[in-house]
Amino acid sequence: MSTVPLETVAADAVPAIEGRAPLRLAMDRLRRDRVAIACAVVILLLVVTALAAPLIAHLTGHDPTTQYRDTGLTPAGLPVGPNRQFWFGTDNLGRDVFIRVVYGTRISLLVGVVSTVLAIVAGVVVGVTAGYFQGAVDTVLARFMDVVLSLPFLLFAIALVAVAGPSIVVSVCVIAFFSFAAVGRIVRGQTLSIREREYIEAARSLGASDLRIMAVDVVPNLIAPVIVYTTLLIPTAIVFEATLSFLGMGVVPPTPTWGNMLSDSLQYYQVAWWFILFPGLALLITTLAFNLLGDSVRDALDPSTFTSASVKSRS
Amino acid sequence: MIRFLVRRVLFGILVLWLISVAVFVLFFVAPHDPARAIAGRQATAETVALVEHRLGLDQPVLTQYWHFLVRLAHGDLGYSYYNSEPVRSLIVARLPVTLSLTLGGAILWLLLGVGIGIASARHPRSLLDRSATVFVLGGLSMPTFLVGLLLLYFLFFRLHLLGVDAFPGGGYVPFTQSPAQWAQHLILPWLTLALVSAATYSRLTRGSLLEVFGEDYVRTARAKGITEQRVVYRHALRSALTPVVTQLGIDVGALLGGAIITENVFGLPGLGQLAVQSVVTQDLPVIVGIVLVAAFFVVAANIVVDFLYAVLDPRVRRR
Repeated sequence: MSTVPLETVAADAVPAIEGRAPLRLAMDRLRRDRVAIACAVVILLLVVTALAAPLIAHLTGHDPTTQYRDTGLTPAGLPVGPNRQFWFGTDNLGRDVFIRVVYGTRISLLVGVVSTVLAIVAGVVVGVTAGYFQGAVDTVLARFMDVVLSLPFLLFAIALVAVAGPSIVVSVCVIAFFSFAAVGRIVRGQTLSIREREYIEAARSLGASDLRIMAVDVVPNLIAPVIVYTTLLIPTAIVFEATLSFLGMGVVPPTPTWGNMLSDSLQYYQVAWWFILFPGLALLITTLAFNLLGDSVRDALDPSTFTSASVKSRS
Repeated sequence: MIRFLVRRVLFGILVLWLISVAVFVLFFVAPHDPARAIAGRQATAETVALVEHRLGLDQPVLTQYWHFLVRLAHGDLGYSYYNSEPVRSLIVARLPVTLSLTLGGAILWLLLGVGIGIASARHPRSLLDRSATVFVLGGLSMPTFLVGLLLLYFLFFRLHLLGVDAFPGGGYVPFTQSPAQWAQHLILPWLTLALVSAATYSRLTRGSLLEVFGEDYVRTARAKGITEQRVVYRHALRSALTPVVTQLGIDVGALLGGAIITENVFGLPGLGQLAVQSVVTQDLPVIVGIVLVAAFFVVAANIVVDFLYAVLDPRVRRR
């Protein structure tokens, strides 16, 4: 497959104006992408929901952990379905599913974003170090990343939780640890090619230290892949967190998370379909929005990408 | 070729050793008190000391590690803290469940994923290709447990309400007891694994097949006047499948250590369920055992993949 040089595409897209930074061009392309805009709006709404959770709880007069035994449970002790008081119904303890889904947004976004940021930082540091210094450093770090990537991460994650005890901090660290290697490997590959460029040689001949070259000349050139990876890692991290909570290895109840709500639904789905529907839908909308946005960002940053074009060159 | 494989096996052994060290440090040296956990809260100091002595926890760390390695080399994974059963027999008892689940699921997701991938690569940008893209995005965004829950709700519960009990909602029947029952109980778990994984596989197949279609030898094959069917299935697919094989190795290797989520949703007594139960009961030897077994499967799967690679792609053999 012949690849169109990036410059030609850029020149075709904006013939009148010259001298725009690649990131500006990418932003312009992204702004014209309707799917990307829709996803960004959805994500923005989710962030607002997360921030406004206490306000929403105040307006409805319901608390995420209060058990409304009189109004939220039928006389037989079963959860009530969606009605005017409980929009999304109640759970087996008579808690308001709507408010719990709203509060669950906080955990999902928090864990998703924080662990992704940690993974990206660690991945960039390790990847740049390995790619820049090469030799023994590279061998050790690259092999280490290969090993981390080949581990069945969920099993290792719950094993780590067994030692450390479940909590939100442990979840974040575990997710970050099992995500950084994928970033690190990509960054290493990019660094390997960047370090051979003329401007690196120029910087070195000017007497710049290794640290300065890495920080000033290498890292800024990694922005494109790192941005793409960030948007694609967030939904993975959110699913990872939900999975840990689902297995009872994540955030500890009664803190509401989509994962532990769905975990409860495993026992009650036969009497209360709203147990699966609402947290499941929230989770699906969130991950779908981030995944679609990630795809658009990738297309915007590199219009010449052809899906999995890199797969074969590795074989 | 043989040198290549030997090198891979040696590297695999190195990885296993590294993981065993990590596991040992994490579980046996980390600050927690297994002797106290076994002896119980009301045990006297003497009882705790006795348990400690029996577990060898009062010996120097290096000696402990040596014993750990020697036992490991004999296939002895220790005894469960929870019910004192040998960890090995606990694992062996559950292996068939995980094995049935993984292999059946893998066959299903290969058929589904590769099939969809071929169809959309042959007609890129068609309606079929576009629906396949939607399917892939859905599959990549859906957590496994959500797929499992939805299948349980619709195919087990709703059908059950209608009086159709085609798909049991859980439990496991050994193959040796009744092959038909075995398959019937595993349909929903298989489908769960397949729906989640097929997305990745169809994306991989489509991408690499499209790329292979652009190669000279495919053009040559077409120019010779071979039917399109033959070009796709005999010429292009073979080399397009290499990334699929890699992914398959990774996935099957990982799942053999326990299809944790699927087993828990459907209540299948496999390794994954055992792992979760052991975490809940803080049964460290069992967790360690499963982690080591899982690591072994991953390493073994990687070696098998390398071997298959050499079979599928003659260029690898020369390295």
